[in-house]
Amino acid sequence: MPDIPETALPEPFAGWFARRGWSPHAHQRALLARAADPATLLIAPTGGGKTLAGFLPSLIELGSAPAPGLHTLYVSPLKALAADIRRNLEVPIAEMGLAIRVEDRSGDTGAAARARQRVDPPHILLTTPESLALLLSYPEAPRLFGGLARVVLDEIHALAESKRGDQLALCLARLRRLAPRLRRVGLSATVEDPPALARFLGPETRLLVADPGPDPDISILESETPPPWATQGARYAAPRVMELIRAARTTLVFINTRAQAELFFQALWAENAEALPIGLHHGSLGREARARVEAAMARGELRAIVATGSLDLGIDWGDVDLVIQVGAPKNVKRLVQRIGRANHRYNAPSRAVLVPANRFELLECHAALEAVRARDLDGAPRPPGPLDVLCQHMLLTACAGPFEAGALLAEIRTAGPYAALSRADFDACLDFCATGGYALRAYDRWRRLMERDGLWQLRDPRRAKAIRMNVGTIADTETLSVRMKGQFATLGEIEESFAASLSPGDTFLFGGQTVRFESLREMVVEVTKHPSKDPKIAAYMGTKLATSTRLSHRVMDLIADPARWDGLPPHTRDWLATQAEVSRLPEPGRLLAERFRRGGRWHLCLYGFAGRNAHQTLGLLVTRRMETAGLDPLGFVANDYALLIWGLDEVTDPAALLSPEGLREGLEGWLGENAVMKRTFRAAATIAGLIERNLPGRRKSGRQATFSTDILYDTLRRHDPEHLLLRVTRAEAAHGLVDFDRIEEMLARVSGRIDAVRAPHVTPFAAPLLLETGRVPIRGQAEARMLAEAAEALMAEAGLAR
Amino acid sequence: MIEQTVTLAGARLTARGSGALWWAERRLICVADLHLGKSERIARRGGALLPPYETRETIARLAAEIAALDPATVLCLGDSFDDMASADALPEADRAALAALARGRDWIWLAGNHDPAPHGLDGGRAETLALGPLTFRHAALPEAEPGEISGHYHPKLRVALRTGTLSRPCFLCDRRRLILPAFGAYTGGLDLGSSPALAALIEPDARAILTGAPCVTLPAFRASA
Repeated sequence: MPDIPETALPEPFAGWFARRGWSPHAHQRALLARAADPATLLIAPTGGGKTLAGFLPSLIELGSAPAPGLHTLYVSPLKALAADIRRNLEVPIAEMGLAIRVEDRSGDTGAAARARQRVDPPHILLTTPESLALLLSYPEAPRLFGGLARVVLDEIHALAESKRGDQLALCLARLRRLAPRLRRVGLSATVEDPPALARFLGPETRLLVADPGPDPDISILESETPPPWATQGARYAAPRVMELIRAARTTLVFINTRAQAELFFQALWAENAEALPIGLHHGSLGREARARVEAAMARGELRAIVATGSLDLGIDWGDVDLVIQVGAPKNVKRLVQRIGRANHRYNAPSRAVLVPANRFELLECHAALEAVRARDLDGAPRPPGPLDVLCQHMLLTACAGPFEAGALLAEIRTAGPYAALSRADFDACLDFCATGGYALRAYDRWRRLMERDGLWQLRDPRRAKAIRMNVGTIADTETLSVRMKGQFATLGEIEESFAASLSPGDTFLFGGQTVRFESLREMVVEVTKHPSKDPKIAAYMGTKLATSTRLSHRVMDLIADPARWDGLPPHTRDWLATQAEVSRLPEPGRLLAERFRRGGRWHLCLYGFAGRNAHQTLGLLVTRRMETAGLDPLGFVANDYALLIWGLDEVTDPAALLSPEGLREGLEGWLGENAVMKRTFRAAATIAGLIERNLPGRRKSGRQATFSTDILYDTLRRHDPEHLLLRVTRAEAAHGLVDFDRIEEMLARVSGRIDAVRAPHVTPFAAPLLLETGRVPIRGQAEARMLAEAAEALMAEAGLAR
Repeated sequence: MIEQTVTLAGARLTARGSGALWWAERRLICVADLHLGKSERIARRGGALLPPYETRETIARLAAEIAALDPATVLCLGDSFDDMASADALPEADRAALAALARGRDWIWLAGNHDPAPHGLDGGRAETLALGPLTFRHAALPEAEPGEISGHYHPKLRVALRTGTLSRPCFLCDRRRLILPAFGAYTGGLDLGSSPALAALIEPDARAILTGAPCVTLPAFRASA
């Protein structure tokens, strides 16, 4: 940083730093120098002491004799982080003899403590976006926040990528209105587009970019034997990973999904002859189980943790000296942030090893490594603020007191994601909150706001409680808790859809042990310990992140350019060369469409390089068009690189199935009936308060909720297709699970240049797809044909045929 | 295949893919378990809010069958309403639609466990109805005489195909009786494979006729997955 103002620390801070032998980082001093600025976004790599930088100005302003009242609000995405920061702040406060009161507040805070905090707030309050939204929904909010001087938003790069961030931006706009002199500070890890993040933080935000530190030391775990064709678990690499763990002090092992984390954890233990302490951490484990692992890690008792994205954020562990990424990196930015967790001391290079789990992933690891070296981060720009979040914000605002529509609109437009909100969209949200929308206006329960004397308010003030219960934008997957039979403590949670697939006696991996499913009662899955080392079912689903557009393009470029294959291991070079011989290599700007016959079925493989979610959607759309064309498709399967479809007939003209108009029409039409769209709608309907996630006093089972939202969805599609929430659902379909934007990107990139190849047999690139999990059967004419055949055969067999 | 024929106690009947039963000789159409007003009842009891359109949809499907077959008699096998109050609360438009369908035909409501008492809608009412060789009632009696036609159970069948399982509402019939699937929308179903009570009612060589397209006949127990 060129222009670091040399702000000297005042006492007692200077002395405290000196006694510890610390000197503030340049960016910590710079942030202090800018303490009076209305808004600053600090971008520093992980381990840069960002959080302390954020708090220093507050601690100095408050000093030894602070006036009562809330001075600083700190918002982090994780409850655990808020609690941890509180403990970390209490040390310097006590040692310097500052009279500053610090408290945290989250869903776990007791009701009495929460009520007291509203009346007698601490100087520094640490909280989450959801708890902040709740606080703002109380009539006391203006008094509570009126004197607020600073707000510190931690890990804002993570929040800004989701609806939680959109909600936070709306709350921030509200805070600025309640406390006009409020100063905002955002703390972020390295991101691809800092100015965009600055806009998220609101007007007048200045950027402060810290020295990114030395380049990380990254390598790819290469083995003599090629990685397997298609497994995602990377079991084959467990012995090598165990060697790396032995040689390092403390290792973080990141794995993409919970199920894979469970399997890999088990594989590691099989290699762990000396029983090194290794822990497991993922989002389905109970809070206590996770806290135990975190605490053991903080005490330096663990040699390694196998974790999913559940450890992407959070507590800094100083002595992690190695990060291992098992499986495809999927996203360069996330990889960089994960790697930053090693050598968490500023100015020391991070050490990381990438472990590809299959052949395509090996290519992806190489491409990602090139991208990290080129500092070429990926990331799609966030779409404008979604309207379901806005509806929830309006309802919560009404809980705090009546509002005037024009004033609220002006306030909302100061929130970054909603800067371009149109009056029409605003009015549509207001109308939804007031009536439920055209098709639902007959129901009282959805008429929640009314206008009186130019002010909008709750029609029934008693509804405030239910509205507050519904706060938040994190989509619940319907989960059931898992409990050891005869014990009370919860082991964790599994998805309801997975639980529904279990029969008593089935065994599955959970929390690193094999358990046996006993029964399901009242939303609790009862299990017993089971000695089997060979569980029948490999745990549960979990979300599947698609490989980013940028990284997919890099993989494509690598495949298409044999001059760059030198860095690849011999078995991978052979694999690529054989593909070129048997079929051809996919090329950038073209689409390879292979077909071949195998096992009595015709296969069509489309190398779209558009990510798993888009390929999944493309699979639904293309098979539907095949159905119409009488090509009798039977099913398809997708991975991040390609889509494989099989059916009874040969597809001689793949281009005909891929016309952009036809695919768009499909998206508008029948794809609307798809379960993924219904899930998208359910998330939006929950956020907007159309359905309630927590009914006071009882919990609806996930299946009931699914049932009624699916019906709501069908009803609205039929009777009110322009309903606000259907508009939200369609907008969401552009990315996320449906990811239609990536299909559009692929079609634009290819613009009709399709290389149709008829291969003599299965090709080297298509072979992994044949082994891929997650096959989707098509319930169409082919199934009807088979049902009719089965009926005939069974009737004949039973001697009932006429 | 949009329908299948069955013979019961000498009467030739047609099981329709829609879930309705057609007795051509008497020009009689029979439907079971309409559950009109289900969403209204659930909302009234404070449960999940289902939109009120399912009643309209059920009536529309019934209207399509009536238009296709032009029956002289429409026979509803009970549980036509989700409870007595939902019969009273039936919206005016739906009431009018039912009246229009009934014009020029006989309409008979049999009592069901959800709607045991008389309601104000036009048409005759009965507990059971004997017509020629057949006896119609809401729920099957284990010891019934041959020729019994009933609803109540909302039977469904899961069938294993090479591509996975498929589950559809179905008719069940053996030499003595025929059980209809529910005709109403959103009425759920009882899988033959997991319901001993339902399985006990029918003989081992019973057939299941799957509704939908194609409408096919299968051996009920052998096909159950």
